[in-house]
Amino acid sequence: MNGSHKQKDRLVIHMIKRDTISKPKEWGIRLIAVLLSLIVCAVVIYLITRQNPAEVYSGIIDGAIGTKRRAWVTVRESVLLLIIAVGLVPAYRMRFWNIGAEGQILMGGAATAAIMIYLGDKLPKSAILPLIIVSSLAAGMIWGLIPAIFKAHFNTNETLFTLMMNYTAMQLITYFIVYWENPKGSNTVGVINPATKAGWFPKVFGMDYFLNVLIVVIVTVVMTVYMKYTRQGYELAVVGESANTARYAGINVRKVIIRTMMISGAICGLAGAIIVSGASHTISTSTAGGRGFTAIIVAWMSKFNPLTMIIVSVFLVFMQQGSIQIATQFGLNENASSIITGILLFFLIGCEFFVNYSLVVYRERKED
Amino acid sequence: MAQEYAIELKNVTKRFGEKVIANDNVSLNLRKGEILAILGENGSGKTTLMNMLSGIYFPDEGQIIVNGQEALIRSPKDAFDLKIGMIHQHFKLIEIMTAAQNIILGLKGPNHLDMKAIRASIEELTNRYGFDLEPDRKIYTMSVSQKQTVEIVKVLYRGADILILDEPTAVLTPQETEKLFDVLRNMKKAGKSIIIITHKLNEVLEISDRVSVLRKGRYIGTVDTCDATAESLTEMMVGEKVTLDIDRTEPVDVRPCLEVKGLNVKSADGTRNVLSDITFTANTGEILGIAGISGNGQKELLESIARLQEMESGEIKFYPEPGSCITLEDKKADEVLQMGIRMAFVPEDRLGMGLVASMDITDNMMLRSYNKGDNPVFTDRKTPRELAQRVVDKLEVVTPGLTTPVRRLSGGNVQKVLVGREIASGPKVLMVAYPVRGLDINSSYAIYNLLNDQKKKGSAVLCVGEDLDVLLDLCDRILVLAGGRISGIVDARTSTKEELGILMTGGKEEA
Repeated sequence: MNGSHKQKDRLVIHMIKRDTISKPKEWGIRLIAVLLSLIVCAVVIYLITRQNPAEVYSGIIDGAIGTKRRAWVTVRESVLLLIIAVGLVPAYRMRFWNIGAEGQILMGGAATAAIMIYLGDKLPKSAILPLIIVSSLAAGMIWGLIPAIFKAHFNTNETLFTLMMNYTAMQLITYFIVYWENPKGSNTVGVINPATKAGWFPKVFGMDYFLNVLIVVIVTVVMTVYMKYTRQGYELAVVGESANTARYAGINVRKVIIRTMMISGAICGLAGAIIVSGASHTISTSTAGGRGFTAIIVAWMSKFNPLTMIIVSVFLVFMQQGSIQIATQFGLNENASSIITGILLFFLIGCEFFVNYSLVVYRERKED
Repeated sequence: MAQEYAIELKNVTKRFGEKVIANDNVSLNLRKGEILAILGENGSGKTTLMNMLSGIYFPDEGQIIVNGQEALIRSPKDAFDLKIGMIHQHFKLIEIMTAAQNIILGLKGPNHLDMKAIRASIEELTNRYGFDLEPDRKIYTMSVSQKQTVEIVKVLYRGADILILDEPTAVLTPQETEKLFDVLRNMKKAGKSIIIITHKLNEVLEISDRVSVLRKGRYIGTVDTCDATAESLTEMMVGEKVTLDIDRTEPVDVRPCLEVKGLNVKSADGTRNVLSDITFTANTGEILGIAGISGNGQKELLESIARLQEMESGEIKFYPEPGSCITLEDKKADEVLQMGIRMAFVPEDRLGMGLVASMDITDNMMLRSYNKGDNPVFTDRKTPRELAQRVVDKLEVVTPGLTTPVRRLSGGNVQKVLVGREIASGPKVLMVAYPVRGLDINSSYAIYNLLNDQKKKGSAVLCVGEDLDVLLDLCDRILVLAGGRISGIVDARTSTKEELGILMTGGKEEA
């Protein structure tokens, strides 16, 4: 306007939501995020511990897959996390916030332990495993069914309800331990059937955890098909988006809520059987060990995509197992690895922003 | 020095992805103290253009000049700083708060909220412009028009000088529209500059000073309203001459198809009757119009027939073939669907029922077909995909593709998807409510033709409408609801708008 105004340039960054993004670009962004996070981690590691970051990294890798035994533990823990996440998927697609996986796992584990203890020596080996699977499915199903019935008929808050069911399950386990404790007075159940190995997952092809992996793969594939291609999968997605629309389309909303939570709970119950029968061979209040909550992260970070869920589960377990190693090797405590995991997650989740949005920089003339 | 223009848009372009150009090199301007109507068919880019002024979208190219100064509007806050306020088609209010709380929401102020002073300044505003607003009323108890009032006052309270209203009359009754226009005229007198997005020609002619027309994202031109006629504006908007006629045929093979007797429905809280003693017959090969001021039981009536609504008492009989009779009152919603009774209810928020916003067109088609077919476990996606393609082609739905979530389509296109799906199932009874709400001329007539096709195929069509002229042109008989009662059933060929008007209000006084 008149010449006395001073002109100053200012950079303005504007976010624009991307409509589409090419696959290479999408994965390129994620790769850059991982690289950046490793650099940041290295700086942090050096500043805090004065250790060589490369050695710490190799320590993590060594801890997770350094020996055959360690690698198998990583696999075992990864598939466990995966099956729980898979179990949560139908509930979350229905917008039913099931945070009760812990309880459902514990109940499945309790059913498994009960069969191993009471029937382990009485039934033939070929009958006991199917029985364990069926009863753990049933136990988890009941634990998922209860909050679903209340949600469907009285519209109770499922978040609180499923959370409380976790504590109930934990108290029940404490109660069972009194009856099952071995040796007496130890207040733990101890390894069940150490001599006969009755009810233990058998070695297949010489591999301890083959059966664990097999069950999880089957469940994951079936669930993927269920969600994508079946009528029931479609119904629960509609219910999740809008109960009103579902009613309008003639979908029985209550039935769908109850059915879906039975499935969700059952799979988590089966995860309990895999833990007790296929890994720890004992039961305690920490049998679920927070996996029911970690699996929530797995399911959401993967946006319910089964392939991504595998990657995320392996990643989280890898870091977890690695942390145990570096804790002893470098005399750090296990939290050091949590810091690394945290930094990695921050970058990985943060980079999704750049996958969904692009940034455009403008030069703004500011007159003042 | 005084600026002539409140807003100037220069060569503004906005793209969504590579395929869709919502605005292509649009230049137009808003004079100070005028009411400018922006007219265009659905999908012509009116809302997108205005969203760039209110900071929701950012233009890919072009300049926006506000009060003579070039402005970068990156967020709604920037827009407010420039005193631009937009009233969106979908209200953005918090239902459980009061009007006053919603109005001050997000504003900076002292830590101590002086609600009394706030209320006083709100009342000062409402008195000045002639609004009807109770500051302490909770939003969820309000009608659509009252909610809209809150939105407008909210914008004024923030000191907006430039107001943009997106399809403000789409959800209003004729009386409420009149009231809104009075308010707009008052605001204009007070020196505010106003943009009103609409596609209703008579409203454009009534309220605006100038009209800018958009077509398929391009700017066509601006005319002074006093020089314009409905025909000239239609031509600008559509790009060709349009004949606005509904081809009403004489009903053939008329026999009772749906019989409702003594239907009573109580409101959700059980305190009053929303429908009392409803008795009527809908015939095959006939369009039965349902008229009434909105909220007088139209929704409950259709939902009762579709068995989505709890009934207090009454009978509903369905005659699929001559001689056979099925009672519906004891059936469930999905059983009624199986019999070929279909409802396309276009609610005020369009997506509330009938469509799943986050799903794509194919998956929304599946809503009606997912449980059909030979396979009891798996869904068939091929048939719905073909249907989706047919609906998109036949009704000219503007969409980047069949995999686009319907939430990303414009309002009119969403409606075409919904009505197209319901008609595609070849229903014996087709119930539509407000099927052309918010639609442009061509789409509206496309839908009227679809309804007529259904009638010719021998369906019983029930059509709840708001435009009395259209109901009189389209329907064979018109049932008028007032206060949840039938105040009359008239022959659409001989009745008049005045007669319907009296029936619509006459019943109300009685109630």
